[in-house]
Amino acid sequence: MASTHDVVIVGAGHGGAQVAAALRQHGFTGSVTLVGDEPGLPYERPPLSKDYLSGETPFERLLIHPPAFWRDRDVEVRSGRRVIEVDPREHRVVCDDGSMIGYSHLVWAAGGAARTLSCPGHDLRGVYTVRTVADSDRIRAELPAVTRVVVIGGGYIGLEAAAVLGSAGKHVTVVEAQDRVLARVAGVQLARFYENEHRARGVGIRLGATVECLEGNDSRVAGVRLADGELLPCELVIVGIGIAPSVGPLLAAGAQDGGRVGGVAVDKSCHTTLPDVFAIGDCAAHRNHFADGELIRLESVQNANDQAAVVARTLCGEDAEYDAVPWFWSKQYDLRLQTAGLSSGHDQSVVRGDPATRRFSVVYLRDGVVVALDCVNAVKDYVQGKKLVTGRLWVDPATLADPAVALKDLTPSATAAPH
Amino acid sequence: MPELHVTTRGGDTKTVRGRSGMSTMEVIREAGFDELMALCGGELCCATCHVYVDPAFAGRLPAMSEDEDELLDSSEHREPGSRLSCQLPFGDDLDELRVTIAPED
Repeated sequence: MASTHDVVIVGAGHGGAQVAAALRQHGFTGSVTLVGDEPGLPYERPPLSKDYLSGETPFERLLIHPPAFWRDRDVEVRSGRRVIEVDPREHRVVCDDGSMIGYSHLVWAAGGAARTLSCPGHDLRGVYTVRTVADSDRIRAELPAVTRVVVIGGGYIGLEAAAVLGSAGKHVTVVEAQDRVLARVAGVQLARFYENEHRARGVGIRLGATVECLEGNDSRVAGVRLADGELLPCELVIVGIGIAPSVGPLLAAGAQDGGRVGGVAVDKSCHTTLPDVFAIGDCAAHRNHFADGELIRLESVQNANDQAAVVARTLCGEDAEYDAVPWFWSKQYDLRLQTAGLSSGHDQSVVRGDPATRRFSVVYLRDGVVVALDCVNAVKDYVQGKKLVTGRLWVDPATLADPAVALKDLTPSATAAPH
Repeated sequence: MPELHVTTRGGDTKTVRGRSGMSTMEVIREAGFDELMALCGGELCCATCHVYVDPAFAGRLPAMSEDEDELLDSSEHREPGSRLSCQLPFGDDLDELRVTIAPED
């Protein structure tokens, strides 16, 4: 017999945890179960490639809420279990241990799994992704015996890991297939800045470099062979090439997928096309106000958290729609990057300040409207620029480029039409 | 162990014990308050751990950095006692500290 709960949340990351917490905050009195495939309680993922990887922050400080929190709020946490099947007709899910859980409403917050390599040698020992605390633990356990590391993928995770390991004295090389790092998420100015910062600290950055295979020694990785024949010898490989959204059971149950962007399609209130099934976070393909209404997925704490709030309010009977301004951060060395808005689709970018001072911003525009900012050690620009993004303001690019003019003092030439 | 008095948005005050070496944000979070989001985990990248500190303690707090000041400016609920609780290391010197969780922005 399956036990049945009013709300079953699949995925115990930032999004899933926040749905449960927000439901109780809004006075929801029904039964709530949170199912997660990792052992233990919900924890913060961003430090896994930052202060947790460096050993600076212990695990107990990553817990999103203390153990008593879940008991006090009567949220049942079923950890170490993966949902492998959704039966929308019977309103129940099946877990990999054979257990079944019935639901009145299902919230799918399963995120994604780190993409892995498929080239020869991908399964050698010493090859890791950075997605879970277990991943970071395994990397840390190996570090004492490691002197050379190759990071495959120059996205935020890869660059953050490179910064931590480089700072720990390892010889680190980042291999990126595109002609710049952060190609998927930021403009060329920011990419060049980070490439220079890493190189200045002795981290190698190989651009336009494709991995041919991983070479091993006694089933353990010994080097990364590039397509041009060069071998980068190493004892450890970190693969940071994005995630594959974990939506298999939902799609198998008939939910509409996210098409080109992957994941599962959701509407403004995060409903999937299955009755009484929501999806949020990294795996939810939604039409985003800040991407000109295009269907996108956002892999960020902000998105997981704000979509969780929308679902919790919806389940409590409110009319809630997701329209939060995207924000994101990255920490590398002593560089704090804060991003507001979405730069993909920009047709113009303006640099405010001199990157050489290690304090500057890049403002992205589309059709003359400010759509995003990347701010490095420039909190003021981040705070004030976020309002330009929210307001969809047309601003004179020449004035934008003058760091002496505070963003809050800019006189918008006009406001773009709302969507 | 030093004590911290936390007042929620609803006006309830609870006294919790903190450990030295944690930030005030971490003490509040570890005590199970759900109103303090602290989304960036103390990286000084957001303003979701905003609290009002009892003016009686103003002189005992570390000075506010320019970055904290800017982030607090992003809140529509900034008041003279506003601080980001992640920037306040908790310890014996702040025993009996009183904070109120600021409204959500």
